[in-house]
Formats: sequence, C-alpha cells, structure tokens
Amino acid sequence: MIPEIGHFALIISLALALVLAVVPAWGAWRRNVPAMALAPGLAVGMLVLVAISFTCLSVAFLQDDFSVAVVANNSNSLLPPIYKFSAVWGNHEGSLLLWALILCLWTAAVAVLSPQLPLLVLSRVLSVMGVIAVGFLSFALLTSNPFARLLPSIPVDGNDLNPLLQDPGLIIHPPLLYMGYVGFSVAFAFAIAALLGGRLDASWARWSRPWTNVAWAFLSLGIMLGSWWAYYELGWGGWWFWDPVENASFMPWLAGTALVHSLAATEKRGLFKSWTVLLAIFAFSLSLLGTFMVRSGVLTSVHAFATDPARGMFILVFLAIVVGGSLTLYALRAPAVSSRVSFAWLSRESLILLNNVVFLVSTLTVLFGTLFPLMMDALGQGKYSVGPPYFNAVFVPLMALLAPFMGIGPLSRWKRDSGQRWKAELLIPGVAAIVCALTLPLFGQGYNLWVALAVLLAGWVVFGMAKDFWFRIGGKAGGLRRLTPSYWGMVLAHMGFAACVVGVVATSQYSIEHDLKMAPGETETLAGYEFRFVEVAAVRGPNFVADEARFEVFEDGKKIAALAPQKRRYLASGSMMTEAAIDPGLFRDLYIAMGEPIGEQGAWAIRLHYKPMVRWMWLGAILMGFGGFTTAFDKRYRRHRSGAPAKAAGVQYAS
Amino acid sequence: MPARLKLFMPLILFIILAVFLVRGLSLDPKELPSALIDKPFPEFSLSALGSSEVLDKAAVSGEVALFNVWATWCISCRAEHPYLTELAKRGVAIYGINYKDEDAAALAWLDELGDPYLASIADHDGTLGLDLGVYGAPETYLVDANGLVRYRHVGVVNERVWSNVLQPIYEQLKNGKAN
Repeated sequence: MIPEIGHFALIISLALALVLAVVPAWGAWRRNVPAMALAPGLAVGMLVLVAISFTCLSVAFLQDDFSVAVVANNSNSLLPPIYKFSAVWGNHEGSLLLWALILCLWTAAVAVLSPQLPLLVLSRVLSVMGVIAVGFLSFALLTSNPFARLLPSIPVDGNDLNPLLQDPGLIIHPPLLYMGYVGFSVAFAFAIAALLGGRLDASWARWSRPWTNVAWAFLSLGIMLGSWWAYYELGWGGWWFWDPVENASFMPWLAGTALVHSLAATEKRGLFKSWTVLLAIFAFSLSLLGTFMVRSGVLTSVHAFATDPARGMFILVFLAIVVGGSLTLYALRAPAVSSRVSFAWLSRESLILLNNVVFLVSTLTVLFGTLFPLMMDALGQGKYSVGPPYFNAVFVPLMALLAPFMGIGPLSRWKRDSGQRWKAELLIPGVAAIVCALTLPLFGQGYNLWVALAVLLAGWVVFGMAKDFWFRIGGKAGGLRRLTPSYWGMVLAHMGFAACVVGVVATSQYSIEHDLKMAPGETETLAGYEFRFVEVAAVRGPNFVADEARFEVFEDGKKIAALAPQKRRYLASGSMMTEAAIDPGLFRDLYIAMGEPIGEQGAWAIRLHYKPMVRWMWLGAILMGFGGFTTAFDKRYRRHRSGAPAKAAGVQYAS
Repeated sequence: MPARLKLFMPLILFIILAVFLVRGLSLDPKELPSALIDKPFPEFSLSALGSSEVLDKAAVSGEVALFNVWATWCISCRAEHPYLTELAKRGVAIYGINYKDEDAAALAWLDELGDPYLASIADHDGTLGLDLGVYGAPETYLVDANGLVRYRHVGVVNERVWSNVLQPIYEQLKNGKAN
C-alpha cells in the first residue's frame, strides 16, 4: 500500500509541476496577478508531495519490502538500517527521486525565501523551475518508476546494496552533490526569467547571487566527499581519476566558479551581462549533461548506473528542449550591444574576466576530454580512451596560470587601478611567498621544485589576501566588525583554493607507496615509520565476514597507531571488498590496504602508503564550501525589501 | 545584424554536441572489437580442467561454438552461468576457458552450479587469454566451423545479448554451413 501512496503522490506532483510550468508563466505574460500569485503555493505543494513520495520509498527500504523492485535489487535484510536508508539513492530510480526532491526543495526555498522579489520575476523563476520539474518527474514516472512491484513472485531477500556504497561517505555524498547540481537550476531560472523579462540589470545579479553561491558551496562539498570516499574506499589511495562521471560533476563546478565571479562584476558594475547569463545557462546545462552521461550509458565509467537507451533518449530530448530552448532565447533576447560601462586594463574587472577565461577554458578542455572517446566512435575513428595524462597536462598549467592573478584580485580596485599601487601593495606578500617557497619544502622528503612552486603560488594568494585583510580592518581587531559576510566568504574560499593547491601538489610529489608481501610478525619501514604486522584475525560484521590484518605503527620506537585493514566478503552478494585502514593527520596520512593472501604461511599482499598533506585538499574544499555559504548571509541580499504589497511591486516592476 | 548573430554561437555549438550525443546513444562504449575478428582462433595446447588430458585447437574445432572465458573469482560469471547452462540445454555448443583460476575451485563451481561446457580448457597462466586479447572475464567468442573468430562479446551473456547480438550471427553461421 505504502509504495502505491508514494507512486500516487509522485503523479500528483507531476500535475502540480505542469500547472506551475504553465499558469504563472502565462500570468507573467498577460500580467495576470492571480495566476502569478499561484506560483509559491504550487512550489510548496510540489515539495510536500515529492517528500511524501520519497518518504514512502524510504519506508519500503527500511521495512525490507522486497516486493518493490528497487528494494529487492538494492537492499538486503542484513543491511544495517542506515545503509537501508542510503540505499534509497544507491540506484538509478531512487537517486532520480532524490534529484526531484532536491529540485522541489530549491524551488520551494526560492518561493518562501524571496519576499523581496517582485511577483513578476518570482512567477517567471518558479515557472522555469516548474518546467525542469516536469522533465524530471515525468522521466521518473515514465522510464524509471521507483515503485514498480515484483508481483506475484516476491523475492525472499534482496540482492544487497553494492558493498562499495555501504559507507558513511556515500550516505551524504549524493545528497550534497545533487544540492549543488540542482542548485544551479536556480541561477538558470533567474537567467531565463531575466531574458524573458528583457531586463538584465544589477538587481537580477543580486537576486541570483546568494543562490548561486550556496549551490556552488554544496557542489564543492559534494565533490570533496566523493574524492575522500574514493581515497579510503577503493583501496589504492587515489583521490581523483578523471573518470567521466567525476568530470560530470566537476564541469558544472568549474563553470559555476566562473559564474560566481562574473555575477560579482554584473552586480557591482553592471558589466558582462550577456556573458553572465550565458554562464548561468552553461553551468546548469552541464549539470543536465552530467545526468545524461551517468544514466544513458554513452560513456564507460565506474559510476554508471544500470543503463537503458530509452532513458538516455528521454534525457537527451529533455536536454535539447531545455538547453536548446534557453540558448535560442539567449540568442534572441540577450543584449547584443556591449554595455557602456568601461574599465581600464588594470582593474578588478579585467582580473575577473581573466578568471572567467581560465575557468571556461578548463571546463571546455575537461568537456572535450570527456566526450572525445564518444566523438571519435561516432565519427567511426575507432575506440579511444582519454585518461589522467591528458587532463593533468592541460588542467594543471591552467590552474597555475590562475594563481598569480588570484593574489592581486582581492586587493584590486574596480574600474581603474594602477600598477604602481599593486607593486607597493604586493611587495611584502611577494617576498613572504618567496621565502615560504624556499624554506617550507625543506620539511618534506627533500627539496622539490614542484612543491616549491605550489607553495609560492599558494603563499602569494594567501599573503596578498592577508595584506588586504589587514588593510580593511585598519590593523585593529575592532575593525573585524566592518567586514561583510561576502568578504569573509571570499577570504575562506580563496584560502581553500590555496590549501587545495598545496595539498594536491605535495601529496602527488611526496607520496610513497610500497607493495609488499608480509607475514604476521614482520616489520617494514616506510618514510621513517615502522609498520609491524601483528596478526590476522577473522572478524564478522553485520552483513560481511572479513580477514583483518592488525598492524602497529611506530615512530622513533614509540607506538603511534594501531591499524586494522580488512578484506571483506559480503554475504548477500559474495563480493570481496578491501577496507583500507588510515591513520589520518594534518601533515600526513598512513594508509594500509590488504591485497590477496600469498602462499600457505599466512602471508598477504600488503600495500603501505605514506601520503603527506593529502587532507589539505579536502580541508581546502571544505573552506571553499563554507566560504560559499558565508557569502549568502550578506545583509544586502535581504535589503531592498519593498514595503508595498507584492501585487503592487509586481506591477511596478512590470511597468 | 552581426552582433546578434554572434549570440547564436552557443546554440550552434550545442546543436553539434547534441548530434554527437544522439549518435552516442546507439553506440556501446563497452563494445571492444577484437583484433581477431575473421581470423583463426589461436593455436594452443593446454590441459583440460581437472584432468591430464591435453586439449588443442583441433579438439575443439569443427562446429559453430561459443568460447566462454570465465573464472571463479569473477562475480559476473556467476550471474552469467545459469543462462549458459540454459543455452547448452538448447543445444548450443559452448567451450569453457577457465581463465587464471585454480582447478579445485573451478571444479567445485561446476559441481555446484552445473557444467554447460563441452570441454573446459584450463588456462592457468592466461596464455590463451593473452592470444585472444581477453580484457577481463566474462568474455565470449563466437567461432565458426572453420575455426575463425566471428564475434567477441565483453561482459555477461544473458537473454538480451543472446537474442539481439549472438543468436543472429550464430544462426547465420549455422545455416551458412548447412547450405
């Protein structure tokens, strides 16, 4: 019964989405206030219904209702309850429902949290969100119904959740990632609403900025969790693979980063209007493209869901309508004349433009690399695979190019700045960065030029910002109150970027890994740490049995950690899984993973890793995420509240 | 109005991309064509699984047959196995290539799940697999009566793969021989 309620709620929500897509948009066109005023209510109603539907599916999972096909295929009675819950989105159908739920969440959030928005704009924005909701809800209902039953032959037990997904990181990775992916739909909807209304001005940028920043923050955290999960769960210490599906989430992030910056120029200076609109369309289109790639099977990936050409066709048609439609609208309505606002070559505007060029080029190179195998295949040129060598070769120099200008950015001035001033301001930060680059790498295993370069660039960014920070607070702690949340957010995000650069380069350059054959009682030394293999024990988990290798780690003869990697066999599926054991630290991780047993004497293939500063990368991403959230608290996004009732405001804006 | 035309660029690029994506839907990225297509099945001389009998190419040639690469460490092979058993019951000739596996484990598996194979080649070191260009288990090669490799399927053979992909070629080869 419960799955049928969920199914029914999903159907009604589709009906509401259809009304939301049509009626308020018509109202905005005909200036019909009652029709426009329906939008917020419909948005909230849609959220309630999809939430009911999602709850019903969760209940089916938690109650082991194996008559429901997705439950039978992706859960098992032995599964711990928390994984039964996360199994809801560990499959195509359920994750699509999560997608829809999060879309409704964003739509309702816009409806509820935007009292300052003229009704005319709000109704257009919500209608665009409604169109997207129609697409995804009908996709779920027509091709991927999560409530399909397996009747009459109900399986006794389920097939189990893929053991790789039975992990705390994977409980929150998809929701965060989707919050980011789908969050760009808000920026997209604002852009389309602005094109429809024909008014691309600073207020449009001010309205969409906090939403964009928050979506970007979620996406940063989501990608970070995915990388962290890959690191400890896949058992070989890698943290980024340039896999098509990783790229699918990374491309919207790159385009979103460009968008976040160009929105600032549009809001503050009324510049780059058409460009910003295009970026908003681009960022969300890449989210949709990502969905298409993951769920259609056009690219091979470790992440791909069970694929089906019918689903691929559906998303592709939807993609063509949404992206093709919005780009057509853009071509017809975007202002073709460049704005009259001018700026000098040395100015913050130029730096933001440069940022945009770098991030756009990065997005396109990643897009090209990701789709290259598909294109060559489609052209009959044979099978290709594009791997990390290509991506690293093109991506790393681009990011390195970014950093020198990033150091100047925060203290640069709008409109016109002088090279003289930059020189004076940046002398001390520059010297400090050079000193750090000369000294800090000495603490690693030998002086390494790449690490020195990374420290130089990161130091430049951080010290330049510190100088600006000091200037803004006037050298007194009391000055801290003068800083706006926007500024704090920028500082956090840029610091995060610097931490990421250092983390990525240091861990790539200084990591040491040994693949060994070890038997209990043996000791190995790696990077000054002694790893003693104590014993192998058989342990039992809730739904798996495992061999556990127990290690003690010594530094200078002192025991600093006990690590116990496992080789697990999951009972329901029989799959084998390697569970790495990690001793984490701010400056280094020690990482042990078990391979296969070797010979009869109880020896095992063991992989020992020493990974310096690997956490800086994730800490950096967390800082970026928090930076993004912080900016949304800026007061100016809550000012401009019109005292007049919404109706009058809408009409005012329209006239 | 050339300034307006410039704004159509993103749309045009998207249309080009969409054409590729449509084309991509009908392609299978997992399909890996074998270098051996229409070439003779490689020569080999390996023991049969669990016995001292030596099998070579001549022993397994002469009729249209499937060569299924499998192993006990391969989870997908377990999923594939029941369907192979059914195919064998329908009279399809299937030879097993037990790839980089242990005899005892492989024999226990066949004992437990049934043996669909006319004969099982024990490829302990993966030498035959290397000659065939095996990418991973399971893989299935369709070989004609003259010992020429006609098709290679990477991944599990199931009802869909059989009726859409393998069976048409299989029937054609069978009938070609009859004519």
